[in-house]
Amino acid sequence: MEKAPGVITVNEKWCKGCGICIAFCPAKVFTAREDGKPVVTNPDACTRCGLCELRCPDFAISLGGKSHGE
Amino acid sequence: MANDRRAQLLSGNEACVRGALAAGVRFFAGYPITPSTEIAEGLAAALPKVGGTFIQMEDEIASMGAVIGASLAGVKAMTATSGPGFSLKQENIGFAAMAEVPCVIVDVQRYGPSTGLPTSPAQGDIMQARWGTHGDHPIIALMPASVRETFDLTVEAFNLAEELRTPVILLLDEIVGHMRERVELPPDESVHVVNRTKPVEDPETFQPYKPGPNLVPPMPAFGDGYHFHVTGLAHDESGFPTGRGQDADRLVRRLHAKIQNRKPPVARAEEWQLEDAEIVVVAAGSVARSARAAVREARVRGIKAGLLRPITAWPFPENEVREAARRAAAMIVPELNLGQIVREVERVSGGETKIVPLNRIDAELITPAEILERIQEVAAHVD
Amino acid sequence: MSIEELLERYTRRDKLPHIWCPGCGNGIIMGAVIRALDQAGVDQKKTVIVSGIGCSSRAPGYMKFDTLHTTHGRALAYATGVKLARPELKVVVLTGDGDCAAIGGNHLIHAARRNIDLTVVVFNNDIYGMTGGQYSPLTPQGSYATTAPYGTVDRNFDLCELVKAAGGTYVARGTTYHTRMLIDLISAGLGHKGFSFIEVVSQCPMYYGRKNKLASAVAMLEWQKEHAVPVKAAAKLTPEQLKGKFVIGELHREEAPEYTEVYAEVVARARGEEK
Ligand SMILES: Cc1ncc(C[n+]2csc(CCOP(=O)(O)OP(=O)(O)O)c2C)c(N)n1
Ligand code: SF4
Ligand code: SF4
Ligand code: SF4
Repeated sequence: MEKAPGVITVNEKWCKGCGICIAFCPAKVFTAREDGKPVVTNPDACTRCGLCELRCPDFAISLGGKSHGE
Repeated sequence: MANDRRAQLLSGNEACVRGALAAGVRFFAGYPITPSTEIAEGLAAALPKVGGTFIQMEDEIASMGAVIGASLAGVKAMTATSGPGFSLKQENIGFAAMAEVPCVIVDVQRYGPSTGLPTSPAQGDIMQARWGTHGDHPIIALMPASVRETFDLTVEAFNLAEELRTPVILLLDEIVGHMRERVELPPDESVHVVNRTKPVEDPETFQPYKPGPNLVPPMPAFGDGYHFHVTGLAHDESGFPTGRGQDADRLVRRLHAKIQNRKPPVARAEEWQLEDAEIVVVAAGSVARSARAAVREARVRGIKAGLLRPITAWPFPENEVREAARRAAAMIVPELNLGQIVREVERVSGGETKIVPLNRIDAELITPAEILERIQEVAAHVD
Repeated sequence: MSIEELLERYTRRDKLPHIWCPGCGNGIIMGAVIRALDQAGVDQKKTVIVSGIGCSSRAPGYMKFDTLHTTHGRALAYATGVKLARPELKVVVLTGDGDCAAIGGNHLIHAARRNIDLTVVVFNNDIYGMTGGQYSPLTPQGSYATTAPYGTVDRNFDLCELVKAAGGTYVARGTTYHTRMLIDLISAGLGHKGFSFIEVVSQCPMYYGRKNKLASAVAMLEWQKEHAVPVKAAAKLTPEQLKGKFVIGELHREEAPEYTEVYAEVVARARGEEK
């Protein structure tokens, strides 16, 4: 599935709700749902640092573009 | 490397080295152990000359692993060892059977159990060759009885391994490994050499464990661009584990069938003076040499004796033994152990004939005289 | 490269999602390995990934390369055969702490001693994950495991020191928390000619975490963040200040003759003598 650049998406099928992205996002972009899976609640704060994508153990987060600045 | 055409004096271990080179071996990994070490030493010198690789690994487990890795990278690979080292190789031999990796394992049998008598002969590993690794794996094991035959069966071991994608064990014993005989080896060009079949399919649709017509899947090498997966877990034709019992069943049955159904049969035996034989001696490896002499002597004395010599320990030459059992009044099974081949003879003959074991485990050979004496004893009772 | 492109190019997408537990470090390390392979610019067709047995050793099954899932502890032995048979191949070994340091410990020191050109990434979760939480040679002394209900008696290895002493020529330690650094360390290892070794401090929330009061993957990454000290900072600290901490970054690098290159000289000599 093509993603528009710049939009953070979470692949719900692959996400196992470990909470790593939520806990370690420097800009507090995510909020946990009841099942522990992340919801993007503060997209404007995102600095596109790429850490959530790199640390997601399940390849479930996409920044929708280049993940780390080349 | 051109073989010297003139007759030359070679040991069985040296003939094994020559056979491996004639068959196209390009990789050897091993760990020194008497009485197999001359094979490693010979290949350490010879392999670099043909652009191959020799490595002395840290142990036999590593040697077996390296051999499998090298074979998957596309070269003909072998190792050589003896009893204690053969024990250590077993887990990875099972991997080679399951993942269908061609390779040759030489076991120059010595006296066991354990460290035993390191320089003394024995035939105590026949059952280990069959059942040494866990699970219902198939195996091929060849048992030469002379220096020249060691050359021929080393070539055949590689050919069968490559054709059938399976580990093949060459079961020498200390006597065959160390005895020297004057032999004339064929020139390399005249040796029949088999190479594994490579796939022709497009890598995108390639199924690495989809069997070909002879039940053997064509085999790419690492680096050929196929991006295939190899595992010791039970897998389906894609090569990936499924965890399903029926996939495992299909796989393991095919591993057996590809060897059992092969034409001509892998199992084979030499029959000597068998046509009218009433007393059949079943003997393999070095013991068959004494057996032949005993049979010859028995004939001189008017006893209708014959020799049935399994060339493949595994698959066991069942048809040949069954047929001989049907006609013989008795079968004598001399072996340098407490009775391993004899169990197969008993199983296959199904009570058709009287079976007489003859075992020695005092580190000495079974002499022709001993076998002759047993033939005469038995002959006195059969009429 | 976007994550979609990375997955498309380097993984067997039809095998995903993977089997690992929620929060398991294995996925983070596998992601780092893929990014490092990309960053180092390796030729995918000429790269073989070899593993042993364990949760971590399942990683190659998800990766679109020639992959070899061997027997427990023996990945380095198999990899040595692959590399020697075809030195032009890049050979990467993915292994667990038990796989690599317990049953495979002998192969580890000898591969390092030979300085053979392999890149080894150890998924160190301080425990045997696959078999359900028994202690490994890396389990910190005194920690709990199903086979150490009163705490482990064994002292634990410092694997990086071990590999360095054995002759490894590139040695580094990273964590699953410091992911970007990890990618760089693995990428540098891939670029190094010789035996390169990267220990990754990882997490098994399922067994190590539960047994040792680190209830979640998040708590375990917090622990890494608090206890890891980068090499440069560590150089300024006294041994007392470093007590209970661990050092991350590139720990050792030297140039030494590589095994397959030296063996190629042997081949040349042997062939020369034949004339
Ligand atoms: C010869 C052998 N012994 C034991 C086992 C059982 N076994 C499978 S994985 C494993 C330990 C795995 O631990 P580790 O290497 O740390 O990997 P992890 O599962 O933690 O990733 C053991 C003991 C085995 N498969 N083979
Ligand atoms: S890190 Fe990945 S798996 Fe974990 S909660 Fe976030 S999206 Fe889900
Ligand atoms: S890219 Fe960085 S800032 Fe943006 S959501 Fe991910 S971790 Fe947070
Ligand atoms: S048991 Fe531990 S190592 Fe294995 S998948 Fe689960 S979290 Fe990961």
